[in-house]
Amino acid sequence: MASWGEASESRLIGKRVTRLSGKDKVTGKAKYTFDINEPGMLYGRILRSEVAHATVMGVDMSDAEALPGVKAVIPLIEVGKKLRYQGQEIAAVAAETDDIAKDAIRLIRVDLEELPHAVTEEDAMADGAPEIRDWPSNQSEPNIREDGDLEAGFAEAAVEVEATYHTPVQTHVCLETHGHVAKWEDEQNLTVWASTQGVFGVRNDFAQRFELPANQVRVITEHMGGGFGSKFGPGVEGHTAAELSRITGKAVKLMLTRKAEHLVAGNRPSMTQHVRAGATRDGRLIAYDMKGYGTGGISSGAGFTGPYVYHVPNSRAERVNVATNAGNQRAMRAPGHPQGAFGMDSLMDELAEKLGMNPLEFRRINDPNEVRQAQYTLGAQEIGWHRRNRVPGSGTDVKKRGMGLGSGQWGGGGGRGTEARVTINADGTVEAVTGTQDIGTGVRTVIAIIVAEEFGLAPTDIRVTVGDSAPGLPSGGSGGSQTTPSVAPVIKTAAAAAKQKLFERIAPLLEAPIEDLRVGTGTIYVVSDRTKTITWKQAAGQLGMESISEGGTWDEDLRQGGAAGAQFAEVEIDTQTGAIRVIKIVAVQDCGLAINRLTTESQINGGVIMGLGQALLEERFMDAVTGRMLNANLEDYKVPGTLEIPEIKSIVFDTHRKVTGVGEPPCIPTPGAIANAVYNAIGVRIRSLPITPDKILDALAEKKA
Amino acid sequence: MPDKEKKQGTNISRRNFLKGVGTGTVAATVAPSVLISNEKTADAQMGDAVASATIQLNINEKSYQVEVEARTTLLTVLRDGMDTGGNNIDLTGAKLICDRGECGGCTVMVDGKSVYACMMLAIDAQGKQITTVEGLADGDDLHPVQEAFIQHDALMCGFCTPGFVVSSAALLNENAKPTLEEIKVGLSGNTCRCGTYPFIFDAVKTASQKM
Repeated sequence: MASWGEASESRLIGKRVTRLSGKDKVTGKAKYTFDINEPGMLYGRILRSEVAHATVMGVDMSDAEALPGVKAVIPLIEVGKKLRYQGQEIAAVAAETDDIAKDAIRLIRVDLEELPHAVTEEDAMADGAPEIRDWPSNQSEPNIREDGDLEAGFAEAAVEVEATYHTPVQTHVCLETHGHVAKWEDEQNLTVWASTQGVFGVRNDFAQRFELPANQVRVITEHMGGGFGSKFGPGVEGHTAAELSRITGKAVKLMLTRKAEHLVAGNRPSMTQHVRAGATRDGRLIAYDMKGYGTGGISSGAGFTGPYVYHVPNSRAERVNVATNAGNQRAMRAPGHPQGAFGMDSLMDELAEKLGMNPLEFRRINDPNEVRQAQYTLGAQEIGWHRRNRVPGSGTDVKKRGMGLGSGQWGGGGGRGTEARVTINADGTVEAVTGTQDIGTGVRTVIAIIVAEEFGLAPTDIRVTVGDSAPGLPSGGSGGSQTTPSVAPVIKTAAAAAKQKLFERIAPLLEAPIEDLRVGTGTIYVVSDRTKTITWKQAAGQLGMESISEGGTWDEDLRQGGAAGAQFAEVEIDTQTGAIRVIKIVAVQDCGLAINRLTTESQINGGVIMGLGQALLEERFMDAVTGRMLNANLEDYKVPGTLEIPEIKSIVFDTHRKVTGVGEPPCIPTPGAIANAVYNAIGVRIRSLPITPDKILDALAEKKA
Repeated sequence: MPDKEKKQGTNISRRNFLKGVGTGTVAATVAPSVLISNEKTADAQMGDAVASATIQLNINEKSYQVEVEARTTLLTVLRDGMDTGGNNIDLTGAKLICDRGECGGCTVMVDGKSVYACMMLAIDAQGKQITTVEGLADGDDLHPVQEAFIQHDALMCGFCTPGFVVSSAALLNENAKPTLEEIKVGLSGNTCRCGTYPFIFDAVKTASQKM
């Protein structure tokens, strides 16, 4: 059975290794799609709808076409068709400079016949609501899940809580907007630089779209500036870039504007859930009845979890997706989980309070997951749980502190479908190639660590190629926290196979059986006679004119799904201004075997910070009257900045020596932990995210009255 | 809202308006007319705006002759500009992220102070020393801030990193030994979405000890 070996034997795996791409990224040398400058390259821009619902009566592109410097103008919607959300594509231009493209977009005249719209869930669900799409209803059939006997459960309950929890639509805010540089090498060969989480998926999409053989489309993503689940396909903008390039015969760069990024490049759907739940006197969660809905925009899809992580024997959950005239949802970091976790962890605290029980104790009784049980102990110790307010809201100071906790659970076990190649050249150099992409999680460095560990070299000795379809070694998209658990086993087995081949070549030279050979640090030696040793370079030199190049296989024994997490938050509320300051967050995250502890910590920090944004800052504001998003920029749509960052203690909680992906789970428990800490501080519960100062002041005023 | 026929236009942004102001003559009229629609009048005003001139810029201790329009930002010159010899300047380290002076992704140093290159017109950068992230290192010797960013993993996707590196270096120019609070305030004009902040704070602290 393949294994990663014992921790005590690992020289690199599980240690803190700095990123291979670090130097390029800190010097500005790293080239993102946005940075590609091809000779003669044109700049593409898209004219988008400013209204939420309308019929296109006419598009006049003649003035745009006549503008000097404009090379192509194409319609993206037919006259007579409907625009169904702000931001939907109408036409596109390619011009010699970005400024000219911007001017040309302004010269396109569009005649629209506006239709009634509904951009909020409530408007779309109201009687007589406008028809969002040609569907029988704006609401989906309810998705219902039942377990046990709800009535019997409530009969057994000693306490009950009934509450409504809400989380708004959140947008991904990728700092590098979605975009491509497309370039036809000739009529049959297309090269695309894409800011994507899935190089091979994008390649196959372009091949299909332009009826090309897949091996005549090359997609390159050397570096990319954030995706968080929103960058899996070329989208309209990718197809448009390629079409403009085809028409003009020039490379075309087309990146979304910041505004378009908010409007059309995906979002986390909203959630509103009304829940009634009961617990027994001895603290068992016994009944859970939830009805909820959310909007994922024009496609409606808005799944969320509930009940979540805790055991409840009798439950019913009913969910409805609501279509609205707004840009479509896309997967966003742990889709469905942070919303559901916020609702569930808020509910757990409300039940615990009714029982007069410590919320931590209540979770201990109801959480069947052993890993999280251990995390509760560690996290409580780290935050100093004993210091929390016994009576929420007690204390007479203007600034009040409180503590709360939240939980999460994710998969991240990886899957088949990655091909990789590890090559040892006769001069001792080593190459590792696979078609995955480094979206900022550091998989490039993970690959180098694994190969370097196997060969007794340094990670910087390994030349790693990812983010390019040209070598013809496919790998899946980077989603579901699947990248490392999908790629690492294949790299490991490829490197092991290459090492075996090298050992076969040098065993005669060392006059030892192959199974007695071991790698040292830059050496290969005989374990039974350590005087017999040669350097790595000497060993490779035996290859003469040849190279060793081996593929790998995905070995299930090298990875494992299932990542539990628990977080504890401490906050301080200014009861006069409503200002909320997060003091500290302890994030205990199950990571399986963290190949690179340093970058794993980075990911936990990042998840916590995104969760903090969801808890306190982020909300897409739609204006019901005009149908427009009011905060489609980075000034009014708030993401966490330096001043919001608390002390974060990210604990890499190793539970086994198999690889588990961890990109998504650390963002799940944060909103619930912060919301519960706010309650513990002021004794008033905010059931709607983001928890902003105005909500705090309103709640405090209500309590006083 | 009653159904109605409507001609749609794209709004002029606040910065485009400011750029219009930079041209001197069209400020009073450009905003209202373009806001309402794409009427023909907009063309004439754009015609005014696109008058160009050749200027000289000092970037990373190198002199560049570039042809710019009045509205051309310093960031556009760095990333997409061409010198009069036809060579791309190609300093793409500074990024355009928010396009309105909110995120710091385009931060460069102008005479040693951090500036949003998306908010500065190229013509206003004449006669000043411009340092981009590409000009921070001394050959192969990285700036202490750059070294510390690598050491602490103060980056993930890396797209905001050039802006943070330059802002951090500018901060240390002004305050050699900042406290954690001073680091947070000093870098509050920069945004990261991956959530690298804690390690950025560590990196700036380390760099300050080495400088």
